[in-house]
Amino acid sequence: MKALSLRKLSKTYKTGVQALKGIDLDVDQGDFFALLGPNGAGKTTAIGIVSSLVTKTSGTVSVFGHDIDTDLEEAKACLGLVPQEINFNQFEKVSTILVNQAGFYGIPRRLAKERVERWLVKLQLWDKRDAVSRTLSGGMKRRLMIARALVHEPRLLILDEPTAGVDIEVRRSMWEFLRQINEEGTTIILTTHYLEEAESLCRNIAIIDEGRIIEHDRMSTVLRKLHSEVFVLNPRHPVASLPELPGYSFTMADDGSLEVEVTKLQNLNDIFAALSARGIEIVSMRNKANRLEELFLRLVEGRDAATGAAKPAASA
Amino acid sequence: MSDATHVAADSAASAAGDRRWVGFRTIVIREFSRIVRIWGQTLVPPAITATLYFLIFGSLIGRRIGDMGGFTYTQYIAPGLIMMSVITNSYGNVVSSFFGAKFGRHIEELLVSPLPNWLIVLGYVAGGVLRGLLVGLVVTLIALFFTRLHVEHPLVVVSAVLLASLVFALGGFINAVFAKNFDQISFIPTFILTPLTYLGGVFYSIRMLPDWAQTASHANPILYMVNAFRHGFLGVSDVNVWLAFGIMLAAVVALFALSVWLMEKGTGTRE
Repeated sequence: MKALSLRKLSKTYKTGVQALKGIDLDVDQGDFFALLGPNGAGKTTAIGIVSSLVTKTSGTVSVFGHDIDTDLEEAKACLGLVPQEINFNQFEKVSTILVNQAGFYGIPRRLAKERVERWLVKLQLWDKRDAVSRTLSGGMKRRLMIARALVHEPRLLILDEPTAGVDIEVRRSMWEFLRQINEEGTTIILTTHYLEEAESLCRNIAIIDEGRIIEHDRMSTVLRKLHSEVFVLNPRHPVASLPELPGYSFTMADDGSLEVEVTKLQNLNDIFAALSARGIEIVSMRNKANRLEELFLRLVEGRDAATGAAKPAASA
Repeated sequence: MSDATHVAADSAASAAGDRRWVGFRTIVIREFSRIVRIWGQTLVPPAITATLYFLIFGSLIGRRIGDMGGFTYTQYIAPGLIMMSVITNSYGNVVSSFFGAKFGRHIEELLVSPLPNWLIVLGYVAGGVLRGLLVGLVVTLIALFFTRLHVEHPLVVVSAVLLASLVFALGGFINAVFAKNFDQISFIPTFILTPLTYLGGVFYSIRMLPDWAQTASHANPILYMVNAFRHGFLGVSDVNVWLAFGIMLAAVVALFALSVWLMEKGTGTRE
């Protein structure tokens, strides 16, 4: 049984915008799944339909075998949602928000209070349990939304841009936390603008663009489709002229670093050997772009080239 | 169907039933906490307004008006004033709470939960009824400082106040569903509810009015509520009490069905 299964899912808004054009998507139980796409690609619409915040135009949605058309209550009982925008009552206390949320899922107050303590402790919010939620910092509000989505212990957790606007330290601790609950058995679907986040956390990925799934595979398989990568090499001493190496093309950046594109058929050993032979010592090296970001841009650019459409710089 | 399938189906139905009951209680507790948390906005203003009404219309002006329908003027207007506060507070609680939840987007907590739409409507309406009854109780206690309240038909009093409160809590819910901004939640209370309440026989018997105005008054639903309630206290009414209860019951059923239909359709709540 799949954790989530979408078939021919379509959504056309009243404005006439066709946000989803009949997408098929399967997410396995226990998976950590990334759903990526540019702004307006249809990610939030798809999540909205699954969580009943958006009404679908056609198609089917099934959550752990529960069809949302025939078995909506059970489908929703399996779901936990962390939306993009803050959507808790800003006048209520942190613990009240969680106890109420547990109640909406049928968890009696006594048990709810125990669970609230457990999740607030895990998300480092226990000290803030009696604080009015609007007084929390941005990172705390994000963590509160995660705690709220988990208080009824859902089998499928959907996070829509969960780390948007939080600092790197909080983001890393949230990653660790998400990894942990995934290992404990919760299936996770994640949309994010931070492609490093998707690459680091997720095992499977779907890329959605203009309402269609343009890629759906294992993360490692998808990344293998990247035919070349650009590396930035930092020499110890400034390089007078660009090195020449058959099959490789070097460019020099303003800061004196060298950039070279390496295809899957080439290797870095040849480059280092050639540079050493010319007395150029490399002290550090990095990828010019995140690999997933590069792949993503190529996929979208490829689509634009095929359709002849001009599109501003895409973001995931 | 096999026995095992029956047991599984019964167990699933029982789990859903428990979940709904806990969910309903949670909405009602949350609404009650809200009423208590903002008591300065929910309980105090109607108490002050009622005190002023009893003081000015009852004690000062009422003495000059004399008896009405065999009762002192204060006794005559007391049921109407209690009903007026019940109506406005039942309506006001649901319209502001549900629209506030839409505006702050925390209505999504309920929309993504497994609670069915009819239960969400019922939870908010129960909150409205709760506030209506609380305020009604406060105004009744204030009335007792100014006059002696005799209850002729207790069952009529309880049924009338419950039904009227339900009607206006549901009205407030529908208003909140359609409202897109704060102006739209104050429009109906200001321009429709208040005039209808004042012209609904709270302060006078419609028998004092010319024939055409009496006929026109019968189109005002609040007239039936106020008079059914007054009948419960004083045993007098300008309208047929059975007709009044029929209208209130029909309104409750129709407005509840409309509220649930709007929620199922996603009007004002889902894209």
